[in-house]
Amino acid sequence: MDQFAYPKYRYRKPPELAGGAARTYPVAVVGAGPVGLTVAIDLARRGVPVTLLDAEDTVSEGSRAICWSKRTLEIWQRLGVAAPMMEKGITWNRGRVFHRAGPLYDFDLQPEGGQQFPAFINLQQYYVEAHLCAAAAATPGLDLRWRSRVTQVAPGADSVRVMVQTPDGTYPLDCAWLVAADGVRSTVRRALGLDFAGQVFEDRFLIADVRMKADFPTERWFWFDPPFHGGKSTLLHRQADDVWRIDFQLGWDADPEEERKPGRVIPRLRAMLGEKAAFELEWTSVYTFQCRRLERFRHGRVVFAGDSAHVVSPFGARGGNGGVQDADNLAWKLAAVLRGEAPEALVDSYDAERVKAADENLRNSTRSTDFITPKNAASQAFRDAVLSLARTHPFARALVNSGRLSLPAVEEPSPLHTPDLPGAFAPAMRPGSPAANAPLADGNHAVWLLDRLDGAGFAALCFVATDDDRARAAAALAAVPRAAAVTIAPNGVAGALRDAEGLAFRRYDARPGTVYLLRPDQHVAARWRRPDAPALAAALGRALGAR
Amino acid sequence: MTALKDTLNIAAPDEFYAELVALHRGLTEEQSRLVNAKLILLLANQLGDLDVLRQAMRTAREGVD
Repeated sequence: MDQFAYPKYRYRKPPELAGGAARTYPVAVVGAGPVGLTVAIDLARRGVPVTLLDAEDTVSEGSRAICWSKRTLEIWQRLGVAAPMMEKGITWNRGRVFHRAGPLYDFDLQPEGGQQFPAFINLQQYYVEAHLCAAAAATPGLDLRWRSRVTQVAPGADSVRVMVQTPDGTYPLDCAWLVAADGVRSTVRRALGLDFAGQVFEDRFLIADVRMKADFPTERWFWFDPPFHGGKSTLLHRQADDVWRIDFQLGWDADPEEERKPGRVIPRLRAMLGEKAAFELEWTSVYTFQCRRLERFRHGRVVFAGDSAHVVSPFGARGGNGGVQDADNLAWKLAAVLRGEAPEALVDSYDAERVKAADENLRNSTRSTDFITPKNAASQAFRDAVLSLARTHPFARALVNSGRLSLPAVEEPSPLHTPDLPGAFAPAMRPGSPAANAPLADGNHAVWLLDRLDGAGFAALCFVATDDDRARAAAALAAVPRAAAVTIAPNGVAGALRDAEGLAFRRYDARPGTVYLLRPDQHVAARWRRPDAPALAAALGRALGAR
Repeated sequence: MTALKDTLNIAAPDEFYAELVALHRGLTEEQSRLVNAKLILLLANQLGDLDVLRQAMRTAREGVD
């Protein structure tokens, strides 16, 4: 049986403590978790040198975040790191909900075919970080400094100084921008004295990671009030290496120290899995739900991303995936500002867009938590009513809430986008949406639409049917030379990708002449039925933060 | 006879449910029962169709002994 071996990354004496001259770095990122690593790799691939500081010299202890969404996989694909995640991760699209002894219903998160990635993979956070660390090590311009603990933060008008503690002593590091990806107990947030407002839910959950050979399908299974854990809820998820994540709701009165002891955990597992089940306890943790966020994610030259900025309850996989989307949103903006291509105000759009996205995640996760842990007799009664109707009355299934699983944020409203002309398009791919993927053909080769976008900059998706359409689109696109054109046609138009199955045209509500302008993070900035050069130029300027 | 709707007819089910639960926040159990009873009467009057209401009442009573 495979088992994860914790790597020990090598600490190197930083140049500042080895007699090197002090300098101001363009970007320092604090925290080499999934969010910090993603933003650092993205920045470095955009040509921005990055200094990534982490207090430890290994990856996440315990499996922690395990569910990674399709959008996260698309972001990692853009960064060249999705393949090892897919190879090791457990692919799943379906979930099943149980009430008491029987199944209530099941659901499919990705019923439509023609997809490059599944709705989710499950992969322990330590594997995710190890794969990202390997990619980081192979990325030029990314300086990953282990055993480098940020102890103080001094924000200035156009730079930030942090004190970094290492085995060789403490040194000051100056950077033009500081990205705080240092997690829910963020040192940077505390150093700035920022309020992390929100609520704590009065419930406790036990996580037990169990190693076993079991023949449960690779689906998300959630039980309300199962016979083996009466009155409370349980969640089962498969991870890599025959490790299974089991969450038991414990209630507010549970003693967190006692409940994580094997003597308490094993009887709960025996009740669920059977007296004869052979399993090995790998990791346990007891946690409470919190829903909190910073009021703003940008504070001068300090920008917060991931759990340092917002924390949600785990049902819905919205913590890790929300954080990776923060990274995706932030990296191209910082790079454009640092290259002098955009005003500093572009970074304010990160704040506007991701605060909205965090609120959506908080709202969904709060609602799930309210359903799983009813706060009073009335909400308990509504929940019991919903569950008792759901088996036979399909409408009630929509009200059962065992977690609303992470969907990519439509970044709206946003100052960067050009609104649609009224009635021009179906709403699905409106400005702010992440670009839909679709299977295409390049000659005889099957390709994916998203893989054909220029990972570095803006892109213009041109839908054409004839050479004339193509020539007209090319003339308009001459106004925006920095947007790389990707041309898609239903059939043989020279130089166009072929939409043999018609999925690209359908998913984009496209007709010949339709053009989408996509941001460097693959979100839609604007779309037209037949744009002219001035419209394209204006939309591109706007997407770069021009007023 | 109009059949009781069995598939989802609420445009934003999560919003509806959150507001339904919020309606009861801070109420005693007795107050909650009163609010629920008033809510049922208001919705019944809105629906109007006695056949549909009878089906709903039957369905609500099923399995509750």
